[in-house]
Amino acid sequence: MSKEDIQAKINAIIVEQLGVEDPAKIVPEASIIDDLGADSLDTVELIMAIEEELGMDIPDDAATKLTTVGEVYAFVEENLPKAD
Amino acid sequence: MTKRRVVITGLGMITPLGLNVTQTWANILAGKSGVELVQQFNTDDMTVKIAASVKDFDPTQYLPRKDVKKIDRFIQYGHAASLEAVAHSGLDLEKIDLTRAGVAIGSGIGGLGLIERNTQTMLERGPRKISPFLIPGSIINMASGYPSIHFGFQGPNFSIVTACTSAAHSIGYAARTIAYDDADIMLAGGTEDATCRVGLGGFAALRALSTRNDDPTQASRPWDKDRDGFVLGDGAGMLVLEEYEHAKARGATIYAELTGFGLGADAQHMTMNDQTGQAPSRCINNALKDAALNPEQIDYINAHATSTPVGDPAEVKAIKLSFGDHAYKIPVSSTKSMTGHLLGAAGAIEAIFSILALQDQVVPPTINLHETSEGCDLDFVPLEARDAKLTHVLSNSFGFGGANGTLIFSKC
Repeated sequence: MSKEDIQAKINAIIVEQLGVEDPAKIVPEASIIDDLGADSLDTVELIMAIEEELGMDIPDDAATKLTTVGEVYAFVEENLPKAD
Repeated sequence: MTKRRVVITGLGMITPLGLNVTQTWANILAGKSGVELVQQFNTDDMTVKIAASVKDFDPTQYLPRKDVKKIDRFIQYGHAASLEAVAHSGLDLEKIDLTRAGVAIGSGIGGLGLIERNTQTMLERGPRKISPFLIPGSIINMASGYPSIHFGFQGPNFSIVTACTSAAHSIGYAARTIAYDDADIMLAGGTEDATCRVGLGGFAALRALSTRNDDPTQASRPWDKDRDGFVLGDGAGMLVLEEYEHAKARGATIYAELTGFGLGADAQHMTMNDQTGQAPSRCINNALKDAALNPEQIDYINAHATSTPVGDPAEVKAIKLSFGDHAYKIPVSSTKSMTGHLLGAAGAIEAIFSILALQDQVVPPTINLHETSEGCDLDFVPLEARDAKLTHVLSNSFGFGGANGTLIFSKC
């Protein structure tokens, strides 16, 4: 999956999970809690949805460090299992 | 201390017969049935394939999209009915003291559908896949918590769980909260969405449900000799209760006064009600005493009557014990013949039907009642609604665990 594909997929998951009405708000600098209106439970579910949709595991200690959209992009790009 | 008077200033509902009060009431007076084949899930391997489900409910009309998947449908129905009731009351949330406004919404079962789905997920894919919203989104008192957050109501907040009496008890105790001066406004009622596979299967296992799968609209037939159980129903009913002077001061429209509330227990059996009628009769008597009314002053009874073979005649006995000869002169109907049995929401929608009966001076019918069974010989208002002069009306609710509740509403 290309970088662009991954980012588009994550953006779609954020729109769906957090009910973000203006997708233009989803930029790498955006804080998931402060800018996108999530609370701590929302972020748990968001991470679960990303795991689900992208077929990967995100350990809890890693998940707690993902506070911005850009950090999520970077983590997924680095850790997404490579297709054969 | 004189008792503070409690009046009803707002009504809201989501039922198998409509997504609001007006639509539901029109269908009730027209004698329509809300029962049909279950559409939400596969019933091929189930003995019961019918239910009175809510149709065409779009939760995004009532709550933010991101909340829809967090909270079980029973909380969504309750919230939708709450929005209608509060709007109907004309309360100005900017002007009222929000610390004196509370919420008391009960449910019999709670978020069983959400529990069922998460259990399935856990069994298939492990506990890490359980949603963080499973617990907050399925616990019964979130039915009261969620609307309180929306409206900012910081007064008393609770949910009473007494099976099919949950709503009647919630309304009754909400009224006492106002009478006792703990609040001026209470949003009160009940909500239910038990029609998931495990819920329908569970009630079917109890042999409590009608199996008239080939003729759904005829399945709920209280007091009829061919009745074979109740039909599981979903939805919510909500009332805005308000202290009388508070309502008058803001020029609110008052739909009725809640004059009587009675309670009591069978103390006999987990599911079968008192076959002598004595315990429910005591409950009715307690409500009459609370209202300071004589039995002869009651003009209509909205019965609990769910269409089960053993339940319906016991209530008839109770009415005869409480009302004597007058029992034969009171119209007694079961709107469950049309709505099915909404369990923890039943007492709320039936309280609303009782209030609307007062307001429109009309008695809703018992549909599907063609031939009464032995011992069921009161005026059950069969098949068609009827005009009547009504001043005081009474609504019964009886629940598993032997929990009984009776509400009396009066013209104000």
